[in-house]
Amino acid sequence: MTSIAERPREKTAPSPRAKRKSMKSMYPTWFYIPSAVLYIVLFAVPTFASFYFSLTRWTLFDSTFIGLDNFVTFFTEPMMFQSLINTFIYAFLTSGAKVVLGLALGVLLTGAILGRGYLRSTIFFPVLVSTIGVGVTFKVLMDPFDGLINKSLAAFGIDGPDWLTDPALAIYSIAIVDIWKGVGIATLIYIAGIVAIPQEYYEAAKVDGAGSWKNFWHITLPLVRPATATVVLLSLIGGLRSFELIWAMTRGGPGFSSDVIASVVYKQYQAGFYGLSTAGTVVLFLVVAAIIIPIQYLLTRRQVES
Amino acid sequence: MTLTRTITTADTKGRIPRADRRPMTVRRFLRRYLLGIVAILVSIVVFIVPFVFIFLTAAKNPQESSLLEFSLPQQGWYLWENFLTVLQTRDFILVRAFVNSTILTVASVAIMVVLAAMVGYVLQRRKSRWNHLINFFVLAGLIVPPAVVPTIWVMQGLGLFKTMPGMILIEVTFGLSFCILLFRAFVATIPRELDEAATIDGAGPIRLFFRVVLPLLKPVVITVIVVQAVAVFNDFTNPLYFLPGEANATVQVTLYSFSSQNLTEWNLLFMDILLITIPPLIMYIFFNRQIVAGMTSGAVKG
Repeated sequence: MTSIAERPREKTAPSPRAKRKSMKSMYPTWFYIPSAVLYIVLFAVPTFASFYFSLTRWTLFDSTFIGLDNFVTFFTEPMMFQSLINTFIYAFLTSGAKVVLGLALGVLLTGAILGRGYLRSTIFFPVLVSTIGVGVTFKVLMDPFDGLINKSLAAFGIDGPDWLTDPALAIYSIAIVDIWKGVGIATLIYIAGIVAIPQEYYEAAKVDGAGSWKNFWHITLPLVRPATATVVLLSLIGGLRSFELIWAMTRGGPGFSSDVIASVVYKQYQAGFYGLSTAGTVVLFLVVAAIIIPIQYLLTRRQVES
Repeated sequence: MTLTRTITTADTKGRIPRADRRPMTVRRFLRRYLLGIVAILVSIVVFIVPFVFIFLTAAKNPQESSLLEFSLPQQGWYLWENFLTVLQTRDFILVRAFVNSTILTVASVAIMVVLAAMVGYVLQRRKSRWNHLINFFVLAGLIVPPAVVPTIWVMQGLGLFKTMPGMILIEVTFGLSFCILLFRAFVATIPRELDEAATIDGAGPIRLFFRVVLPLLKPVVITVIVVQAVAVFNDFTNPLYFLPGEANATVQVTLYSFSSQNLTEWNLLFMDILLITIPPLIMYIFFNRQIVAGMTSGAVKG
């Protein structure tokens, strides 16, 4: 109660300096502190420490500096080098497919089509389902003999491949499941992008006599660039770091044929080679940075120019 | 503003596009209905069948489920029996896992929302030369893969490794960047005059934020809660690394260990998958619009 009586007195004659100070402290810097502490302790410090520990033989309690040995191992050991190649294959394949399918579905589902709401919800739902659940389910569905997919193909007289047990095919089979799970988010991003294109462009094009194909190439495709940038960046970041689906479906097998960097990191961690595992993290970090930074620069720069 | 757009996956209003008011030609008819019917059939085969397969296998007895057929249970429905059996497996580990996952999800999302809202708010309102640097760190948090073993090393030093509080803080840290971006974008839509009015009325910064600004952020808070709750609940990698051990198992880790052990009992495995799919499904049914808004933010502005 007393505070109410006091308040007007404070307000009646604020010195200019006090006022400026109070305006500034409306947005106190200490609001950053809790987040900053977490970010620094659990994210920034480990990231910087990883550059040092990747150069050591490490048991968590003591570390011996061994120079670049871990990286030499990583790039010369065939199974580890394979994981690097697989990471690229997997990331670019899933990203490319999500762009193409997402755009096609986005165009389809913004037009007048029967069951549009149903189709949107159905395509999106797998995004929310646990990756491990999806992986285990498709591992069963892709079984070469008992799996539903090959049984269905056999009904049409097609001899289905050994999806996950053929070393040359395993990584592609997992990529297909990744696309199945992730295409919904790409579609929704494209729908948002297409809906945002002003209708006037299409009306003007109609006056000029453009057909739907021309509309797509000359209006939709250039104007959904922000959506494309989002889809490409999100799916590449996800694809390069992907671990859960691969681990649930093949654990990098058969042999090492479907290993990616993230699964090698986990395997080396399990085996107790902490230095080598950390070197894998550093390689992954460098790969992500080397791919994402130029693409982000390219996509956002062109946008500014246009 | 991207966040205020409402792109629902289910168009309830059923707006008829302008083009459709023209007389129906054969071509238009084919385009609208034939294409639609083909798309629906394909979607059933590609997207619905796997989920029906999960449900049917979870409803079978062990012998029948081992055939992995896509068929109705011939030897009776065992949905309830399988449900009870899977709960009792390995001393009710699944029940404990659900409790753990719930604690982890609720605690980490609650902390994440408050901390990220505070950062997003100040970051948008206060123009300083540090903003560039902070924005850079936020983006880095989104892109850079976490360094796993060094993080374990740090957590061990702090006594947080293999503990639930440690795991909660990890989820908060890794989820912060995404939330900050959403909050920063939404705070920009709240007029500054409101802050000034509240300050002139005598509100301090804490009161201003928690009593005035945070309630106005409600739409984006719901979006963040729903999207992050699904993400944390479905997370497998982080609990695998930072929270090992039977007592602390989360539902995803339990599902993974089931899948690598009980290879003969497919009905129980698929019952587990079914149970784990239900929470996100409920979220999706009730918060469809918020989930879509959160996940498509940035689609228009890049």
